[in-house]
Amino acid sequence: MADFWRRFRRNIGAVVGLVILVLVGLTAVLAPIVFPFSPWEMRGVPFMPPGEMGFLLGSDSLGRDVAAGIAHGTLVSLLVGGVSTVVALAIGITLGAVAGYAGGRVDDAVMRFTEFFQTIPSFVLAVVLVAIFTPSITSIVIAIAIVSWPPVTRVVRAEFLSLRSREFVQAAEVLGRSRIAIMLTEILPNALSPIIVLSSLMVATAILLESALSFLGLGDPNLMSWGFMIGAGRSVIRLAWWMSVFPGIAIFLTVLALNLVGEGLNDALNPRLARRRGMVVT
Amino acid sequence: MSLLSVEGLTIALPPGGERAHAIEDISLHLDAGEILCVVGESGSGKSMTASAVMGLVPPGLPIVSGRIVFEGTDLLRLSAEQMRELRGRRLGMVFQEPMTALNPLMTVGDQIGEVFRVHGETGDVRGRVLRLLEDVRLPDPPSLLGTYPFRLSGGQRQRVMIAMALALGPSVLIADEPTTALDVTTQMQILRLIRQLQQEKGTGVLFITHDFGVVAEIADRVAVMQHGRIVEQGPARAVLNAPQHPYTRALIDAVPHGTARATTSASEEVLRLDGVRKTFRRGGGLFKRGSAVVAVKDARFSLAKGETLGLVGESGSGKSTLARCVVRLFEPDGGSIAFHGTDLLRLSRAAMKPYRQRIQMVFQDPYASLNPRRKVGDIIAEGPVTHGVPRAQAIAKAKDLLRLVQLDAGALDRYPHEFSGGQRQRIGLARALALDPELLIADEPVSALDVSVQAQVLALLDDIRHRLGLTMLFITHDLRVAAQVCDRIAVMQQGEIVELGDTAQVFGSPRHAYTRELLDAIPGKHWMPPRQAA
Amino acid sequence: MGAERLLRFLAQRLVKAAIVVLAIVVFQFVLIRLAPGDPASVIAGQSGAADAEFMAQLRAQFGLDRPMHEQLWIYVKGILTLDLGFSHRQQLPVATLIWDRLPATLLLTGAAFLFAISAGVALGVAAARRVGRPADSVITVIALTFYATPIFWVGLLLVLIFSVWLEWLPSFGMYTVGADLTGLAYALDVGRHLILPAITLGLFFLAIYARLARASMLEVADQDFVRTAHAKGVPEGRIIRAHVLRNALLPVITFAGIQAGQLVGGSILVETVFAWPGIGRLAFDALLQRDYAVLLGVFFCTAVMVVLFNLITDLLYAVIDPRVEVA
Repeated sequence: MADFWRRFRRNIGAVVGLVILVLVGLTAVLAPIVFPFSPWEMRGVPFMPPGEMGFLLGSDSLGRDVAAGIAHGTLVSLLVGGVSTVVALAIGITLGAVAGYAGGRVDDAVMRFTEFFQTIPSFVLAVVLVAIFTPSITSIVIAIAIVSWPPVTRVVRAEFLSLRSREFVQAAEVLGRSRIAIMLTEILPNALSPIIVLSSLMVATAILLESALSFLGLGDPNLMSWGFMIGAGRSVIRLAWWMSVFPGIAIFLTVLALNLVGEGLNDALNPRLARRRGMVVT
Repeated sequence: MSLLSVEGLTIALPPGGERAHAIEDISLHLDAGEILCVVGESGSGKSMTASAVMGLVPPGLPIVSGRIVFEGTDLLRLSAEQMRELRGRRLGMVFQEPMTALNPLMTVGDQIGEVFRVHGETGDVRGRVLRLLEDVRLPDPPSLLGTYPFRLSGGQRQRVMIAMALALGPSVLIADEPTTALDVTTQMQILRLIRQLQQEKGTGVLFITHDFGVVAEIADRVAVMQHGRIVEQGPARAVLNAPQHPYTRALIDAVPHGTARATTSASEEVLRLDGVRKTFRRGGGLFKRGSAVVAVKDARFSLAKGETLGLVGESGSGKSTLARCVVRLFEPDGGSIAFHGTDLLRLSRAAMKPYRQRIQMVFQDPYASLNPRRKVGDIIAEGPVTHGVPRAQAIAKAKDLLRLVQLDAGALDRYPHEFSGGQRQRIGLARALALDPELLIADEPVSALDVSVQAQVLALLDDIRHRLGLTMLFITHDLRVAAQVCDRIAVMQQGEIVELGDTAQVFGSPRHAYTRELLDAIPGKHWMPPRQAA
Repeated sequence: MGAERLLRFLAQRLVKAAIVVLAIVVFQFVLIRLAPGDPASVIAGQSGAADAEFMAQLRAQFGLDRPMHEQLWIYVKGILTLDLGFSHRQQLPVATLIWDRLPATLLLTGAAFLFAISAGVALGVAAARRVGRPADSVITVIALTFYATPIFWVGLLLVLIFSVWLEWLPSFGMYTVGADLTGLAYALDVGRHLILPAITLGLFFLAIYARLARASMLEVADQDFVRTAHAKGVPEGRIIRAHVLRNALLPVITFAGIQAGQLVGGSILVETVFAWPGIGRLAFDALLQRDYAVLLGVFFCTAVMVVLFNLITDLLYAVIDPRVEVA
């Protein structure tokens, strides 16, 4: 564990990412305290530029506070990103583990199924799913999970497939351990690092997806979200650039931070692959 | 003056490592038309020496001092471009792993032809490549030109590598363990090829190896390396038969002597295999049928209590598959495997479980056979715990077992990566013994180890086998090891047991042609390592 | 031998593609059945549900009162004969609507893809050759930035900078309305309109390809056959070109195939931002009007595009890599 921290800290980007992430988390927690009113509430004159009339980041076309919207939207973004990732992991790990461990026909069937879902353009599918099942936070989370599990399955399956033939797994088999015990205590712990790295990237992608859905007007109508704010500011960008620019920065920073942390995790969990010095030998 | 001489060469390692230098104060020389073998165990610095001569030392490892004089010039003073011009033209090199040493997207013809082209020799490249392919005795050179490497076997690829290295008639050929990744019969062919070409062309060969058998087969002179230094150097015969330095003596002592042991008298039958078959299907899917590879066909043998049977064969002969069928890591397609009269193949997973305690296995790769995420104590105790022994009791037993395999009890709370290859192999053995098995299946248990460690593990295995009265199925590709360990030998070729007999008979008067071929291919078979003890 | 191998490979992949397309149709059918409410209203579009006569007609057409497997058969048959339904809103067949808009989308995605892969691979290779040096860090940071930015927001920023502030490039549509240009002038006009949307859509993928190409180059450079090339005395430049780059491109191609769907999906966002008259914009309008027939039609069309694109990358891969076996 100490070793892990030492390697993680060596990656400056990862530390920066972690700091940003902590700040984003604090924003989500503190939003109801700093802005103790609904982000939908009209607080003043519309189209106020940043800094004027007490609007830190300006006001929108209905006089709502952009800063309050961003702060309240943070929790929604993080929640959607986190929950949909957990759901996608549950689907992906189960399918991948079964396919990789069982091999043969089961593996074949699962992989065809996965490939099929990878062929379907994921964003279009998410749009169709949310549209047909009517936009709500539940349908958004489910839609994002449905389009995000295939990479997990592929990674987990590849890991299980290679670990299954590893001699320590064969040894457990020869000792007479049960299949479930072998999958859970022998294989899974050794397959965790790529899953952890992947999940930090998945949260990032899920946040991007959510923002894109709400940008198109498919967000939960009761919740303020970053994508919705950008979408609302789109048609008045010549008049009030701040309405689109600041929520975009919020998305960018959060997603960037998650990616940086993901890379840091990768370096720390796979020290073997992290050393990349000296490309060619002369 | 020698063709090539290395004088006082020292290459540093990055600070904070195990030792300060990769190689230290190395001096050796190579004359035209001779083969100099540099021998050592892994980490001895032998490959680094070869890389230094080629000017291929990885960046970050500075050359601290010394000279490498080749045909009168100090290579270390040449510019990168001058050095590049020498590589391929005057200095050729062959590497260890033929499977990965060729560019998978380039035809054989193009890869050999590239040597000519990049050195400005554009005349009749095709004809010259064809002649080279003939020189290295590859079949049907014209069609080989347009073939991609993935269609060739390991031995064939190594021939392509040799053709490439010798294309422009270099005066020095550096061969870095060129036969280590090959099967024994292929190894002998490649060794003979190198010897032959070297004699025809008068090339000086710097041959890196860890195998004293290979040294005995091919070397004119020998340099023995340990921890980055040369500890002994001299004519092959002198070093092999009268080693001076204690390390050389220890190394040679550790070479399996290949003399058959006394056979134990037959007693109660433990295991009987009859007509065991296993076929693998590859590449098939839901809709298409894949190709079938017969791994084991109609295997039959029996194993008596206290006896050790060796399964010997080259890679792909099916020996490991057969061993895995016995412990049902693979389900055979047919036949019977009777353990004390019970056919294991008829048992369900649950019914098989009690038998798991009685049949255990030791694996080949010390780095892959222990779960890196679990402590050694848990690894050893896992078997008994699975079969209902309370954990505390199992851990106590693990402690005893560590002592049995000559490891410290402190190992219990450590993770596998803190141990060396030989130590891990002992831990793997302790895990297998924790269930008090009667039958132990050992799948190449020493082939991933350095020769000195190999000797220790073999001695330990032999000792424990005697003490515990184990019956053993011992899988190996190394005939010397088999001769030393086994009472009887089964020789496998392409999934079939072609010969089965007492060790002395199989080695002394082999009946099958393939067995004779195998025996003939043992490198340095005419050399009997001197026995200091004896 | 090469041509025959490729033909067999092509045939095999075509069969596979056909199966996937069929599966997509079935999937769509399941989707409609799973949707809350009356399937007919889903097909018609929720807000079009008021028209009782049209609903009855739909029920008859899709056999909604018949057993499930017959319904499935009717649906599959319909789509496979390219009858993608009727847009009650626009009073036009969905297939016609899509067919009209498809060229614009192909132009946009094609341009974005070419931009992304050429610039991405170039940047990735440049970074790999200078690994650990400032240029590498700069490229890595740029790639990471584009990777983390929502593309619709990039589009808005580019509009803000290049159209609103600098007034260099148009921000809207595919050609200048009312200019009635022809020939080369028209092509140049479309080209000017294409620049911002194509760059917007391409930047995200550029980031992916750059990262992938860099990692792949570094990995291949470590492999044994590169050491062999050094030992042969092959000059550095040729080692990069002939040995490292070719092998490093293989994973990039594979990934380009997998990412094709994202590219098409991204075009919905980009076409929405730039009012680009393609099927993405069509989908957005259908979304606003709850016109599910059109939405499902676009979904089917994009899925087929991805299948075709995968087919092309598979073929390309087979051309480059001799090891691809025809099983």
